[in-house]
Amino acid sequence: MKSKTIRRWSFVHTWTSLICTVFLLMLALTGLPLIFHHEIDHLLGDAPEVREMPADTPRLNLQQLVQAAEKHRPGEVMQYFGEAEDEPNAVMAIMAKTAGTEPNSSHTFMLDARTGEALETPSANGGFMLFMLRLHVDMFAGLPGKLLLAFMGILFVAAIVSGTVLYLPFMRRLKFATVRNDKSTRLRWLDLHNLIGVVTLTWALVVGVTGVISACADLLIAAWRNEALGAMIEPYRGAPPLTQLAPATRLLDIAKEAAPGMTPDFIAFPGTRFSSEHHYAVFMKGSTHLTSHLLTPVLIDASTLNVTAVAERPWYMDAMGMSQPLHFGDYGGMPMKILWAALDVLTIIVLGSGVYLWVVRRKAAKKTLDVEAQATA
Amino acid sequence: MKPRQSNFWKVFAVPLVMGLLSAAGLFAALLGDGVWDSLSWIGLGIPALFSLRGLLKKT
Repeated sequence: MKSKTIRRWSFVHTWTSLICTVFLLMLALTGLPLIFHHEIDHLLGDAPEVREMPADTPRLNLQQLVQAAEKHRPGEVMQYFGEAEDEPNAVMAIMAKTAGTEPNSSHTFMLDARTGEALETPSANGGFMLFMLRLHVDMFAGLPGKLLLAFMGILFVAAIVSGTVLYLPFMRRLKFATVRNDKSTRLRWLDLHNLIGVVTLTWALVVGVTGVISACADLLIAAWRNEALGAMIEPYRGAPPLTQLAPATRLLDIAKEAAPGMTPDFIAFPGTRFSSEHHYAVFMKGSTHLTSHLLTPVLIDASTLNVTAVAERPWYMDAMGMSQPLHFGDYGGMPMKILWAALDVLTIIVLGSGVYLWVVRRKAAKKTLDVEAQATA
Repeated sequence: MKPRQSNFWKVFAVPLVMGLLSAAGLFAALLGDGVWDSLSWIGLGIPALFSLRGLLKKT
């Protein structure tokens, strides 16, 4: 590599990293507790305990659960029903003033699927973990915040690529994993920066890219509404708004018939951004491990309960679905979570050492300049 | 040109293996539980161990 080429790549590496470092450090630090959000909720007592009941206790039907939810929060409407993680006897409910209310103003809670008893899930609506999540997702700045973080993620990817290119000239005369401890602190950290940077490269790239995709989720959902949903609900354009919804009782059975071999993941009630004004949308997931992250919506007319369509799944919605596990690290048990945290901390070390190396080199460059200035004076 | 090429492989051979290991690890756990999960721990664990070893080398 010519020295001019090296200097160019070095320039790209320095500036893409420097610009995104503050944001990446924030993301890495807030992401750390989020890896263990489930465990932390349990530890803080924020995870509701479902009452012990005989195993064969019958479950309420969906409409009865809707009524139980509405009784719990009078004046609000249903937005979503979903599975409760690790709690087969409960469902998660999300309600708000109107169905179209934005997600951060909604209220999330759990319903005992057998009794309809409402159980609050404080960490889903406020507190430390939600604070971390909001910082991590949009820095409390909504869509502009998300897009800024997406841009920082792209810079991070550029920093990784340019760093990999620079790895060659830096390591040409060194064996892999050389750490020169005996010379200077700067050399030691340069070697560690190169070593840790290059071995965590794939992980950092995957988490970076999937983070960018997730940050663009609002745009992807909007595109999906326009493209896939738009054509299917065209006949309903101009239809009067619904004053009464057909009962939710059989929604899951209807969806299972329409999408055989798939299992329900969540239900979007009419009027949310995942449904239409006139439809329930039951999101079905695939039955294999891999396809369980890919969701296919079944649109069900909210007054006749006829299936309007099984919606197409455009590639970008699949990309969004696959991005979630690959970003969260929640798909390989506790050891994976611990590794995720370790790799996260290692990324913090690479970021920190990068800033340190830049500062030291700048100081050194300044010193040479000073010396030269003195010599010519 | 020849010595340069060998340089490339000399420098990037091990990192490439690390990259493939991590990628296989990230993908494995998507395919199933049990053995697949264990494969992912190995794939992600080895790069983490190399980093740790570098950090802990005596000064």
